[in-house]
Amino acid sequence: MNNVADKTRYWNPYVSGVLLGLLLFLSFFLTGHGLGASGGVNRMVVAVEDLVIPEHVDRTPYIAQMAGGDRDPLGHWIVWQVVGVLLGGFVSGLLRGRVKVQTYHGPQISSHTRWGYAFIGGVLMGYGARLARGCTSGQALSGGAVMSVGSWAFMLAVFAGGYGVAWFFRRLWQAGE
Amino acid sequence: MAPFDLQALIGNSGSYFLYLAIGFGFGFILESSGFGDARRLAAQFYFRELRVIKVMFTAIVVAMTLIFWSTALGLLDYDEIWVNPTYLWPGIVGGLIMGLGFIMGGYCPGTSLVSMVTLKLDGMFFALGMVTGILAFGETVGYFNAFWHSGAMGRFTLPEFLHLETGWVVFLVVCMALVMFVGFEWIRGAIYGKAK
Repeated sequence: MNNVADKTRYWNPYVSGVLLGLLLFLSFFLTGHGLGASGGVNRMVVAVEDLVIPEHVDRTPYIAQMAGGDRDPLGHWIVWQVVGVLLGGFVSGLLRGRVKVQTYHGPQISSHTRWGYAFIGGVLMGYGARLARGCTSGQALSGGAVMSVGSWAFMLAVFAGGYGVAWFFRRLWQAGE
Repeated sequence: MAPFDLQALIGNSGSYFLYLAIGFGFGFILESSGFGDARRLAAQFYFRELRVIKVMFTAIVVAMTLIFWSTALGLLDYDEIWVNPTYLWPGIVGGLIMGLGFIMGGYCPGTSLVSMVTLKLDGMFFALGMVTGILAFGETVGYFNAFWHSGAMGRFTLPEFLHLETGWVVFLVVCMALVMFVGFEWIRGAIYGKAK
């Protein structure tokens, strides 16, 4: 791994942090909302459900509040923000030559193993984020900045969970001992 | 006074464009910070790289300070901005599940979108899993609705919880972030050496 070249290609994390903080502030200042991700994906999922099985959507309270009857799950700010995230990530990758088909995995595992764990991790993330009413963006970052007690408790739980199990999954990410 | 009534000011399509632009900036910053790469995100939990904590807490401190000052100067109405309501128990359990999901999957929802859109296959599998998990939640939450609403405290902020002036809370969070930055660097140095 050529760490020197890698480091010059990505922004300094403190610079990123300041820019992200300014953007987050601007978002609250202009719109009254912070940043989000999983909520937008949630609404996209529900929109597809509403196309395929509309009766089921109307009968399930949690989904019905977003898409029941005439409600449009996509007519919500967070959906547009998620579309923006996809575009912004793509343009940033394009400018730096990072848009290419590849799999990021630890040195000890194959791409296939990585895909399997990525999928399982994704399931847990998706479920956990809805249970917690937000993800790293919507709860930890945004709720953290406006000093919500629940968001800080959530943030501590995510880091506690991550550090708590990291040792058991070290083979996924670390070099051999 | 901010925040603004966007509907009245720039209409429906105008507000959607604004949200799109904010999202664009968010995605751009995430990708530029290296957050489209699961190895760099996961490295936080092995103290090998500290990007996650540096970016996240710098952002929180900057945004929090600006919100505090603009409120103090009367430019922003803090009562009008969205503060995530506290539902303590589902928040904590959801957070723990996400910690596990993060170590196994290497992304969080936002970063997986950036990874996916730059054609990383692991990001795509993660995003597929995330959609599955979200779908599963919508179908199952009906069975444990009471738990999902447990520990409800409404709009409950750190200054209220700690019985401190907001300015002091901001000051303490800034101090905590600085201690974390130094502390995590120290741990990394102790494990991997100073060289990197």
